[in-house]
Amino acid sequence: MATEAATKTVAMPQLDFSTYVNQFFWLLVTLVVIYFVVTRLVIPRIGGVLADRKSTIERDIAAAEELKQKAISAEAAYNQALADARSEAARIVEAARAEIKKDLDEATSRADAEIMAKSAESEKRIAAIRDSALESVTQVAHETAAEIVAVMGGSADAEAVSAAVAARLKG
Amino acid sequence: MASSLTFHPMEQFTVSPLFGGHEVHWYTITNQTLWMAIGICCILLLLVIGARARALVPGRSQSAAEVFYSFVHNMVRDVTGEDALPYFPYVLTIFCFVFFANTLSLIPTSFAVTSHVAVTGLLAIIVFLSVTILGFVKNGAHFLELFWVKSAPWYVRPALAVIELISYFVRPVSHSIRLAGNMMAGHAVMEVFATFAALIVISPLVGVFVTPLSLAAITAMYALEVLVAVVQAYIFTILTCVYLKDALHPSH
Repeated sequence: MATEAATKTVAMPQLDFSTYVNQFFWLLVTLVVIYFVVTRLVIPRIGGVLADRKSTIERDIAAAEELKQKAISAEAAYNQALADARSEAARIVEAARAEIKKDLDEATSRADAEIMAKSAESEKRIAAIRDSALESVTQVAHETAAEIVAVMGGSADAEAVSAAVAARLKG
Repeated sequence: MASSLTFHPMEQFTVSPLFGGHEVHWYTITNQTLWMAIGICCILLLLVIGARARALVPGRSQSAAEVFYSFVHNMVRDVTGEDALPYFPYVLTIFCFVFFANTLSLIPTSFAVTSHVAVTGLLAIIVFLSVTILGFVKNGAHFLELFWVKSAPWYVRPALAVIELISYFVRPVSHSIRLAGNMMAGHAVMEVFATFAALIVISPLVGVFVTPLSLAAITAMYALEVLVAVVQAYIFTILTCVYLKDALHPSH
């Protein structure tokens, strides 16, 4: 009990040098154990995970960058195709329009020629009809004049009648 | 005890055999040994078992382990530089030990391992010796340039060399006393307040006022001590990094 009392009465247990060797020994044991835990378990484990994660993130970023480039080139290709299609469509529309115009012009000119031919023929026939009508009129006038003269009791020779009719028709 | 308060704020620091007996031999398992062992268990729990999933996207315990690990890793890299990363295991060992010794001591009825100058002193001497030896191994005689301030005028250099030399040898003392002192003082103060809290049993009239006050004081002290435990572990480790930097790059 005397020794216990002696250790208990030390004002500061920190300055109880009789425990120092014990403290040193167990501290060194503890540090060695922690050092082995740290180097054999902690650093391979957590350090490995952190390194893996870093490389994974870098790889993913690189992949994302590559995909972005692909998307950009795909967009460019799409725009190119769109522009190509637009110009092709414009070309086709232009060609169709030109063809239609050509057909139209051709049909118009054919119709014009037909109309021209028909009107020429009509004029010819009108002229013929007019001529025959004039002739009939002259003849009717001769006959009528001869008849009238005969009814009036006169006699007229054909030459005088026709001259008179011609004179009248001219006037 | 019945009629008066008796203060034993330092009794909590007594190193005593855990399995009976009164003699503390070099091999005796003491209460201090127990709490160092618990510290090792906590390190295993947090950094080994907590990180066992090795998941690319960490869970809760793995995140905590990674934060702890990265904190020390970044400290070594930022304070000492990339070329000090080979010494990272050594710094992590020190931080693990001090951090868990400090925080575990906050558990009521536990033992404050780092309140003992024997522990912090040996730790500081280990740091001092290893850093000094490393300095000479890495730089040879150039390590002495640490004491020869080239940026100062030539006539003050000898005087500065003496001061630098003294400050260099004071390092382990301040390094160890800072940690042990902080831990010891905080725990002793809490013990004093805890003794005052028992006043209501002895004298209800005075105790009505003193007991709530001392309970509030214990709460406040405890919050402060949590901060102190973490900050002191950080300071001890960052100073180790600073000393390591001097050893690797001694020229001013």
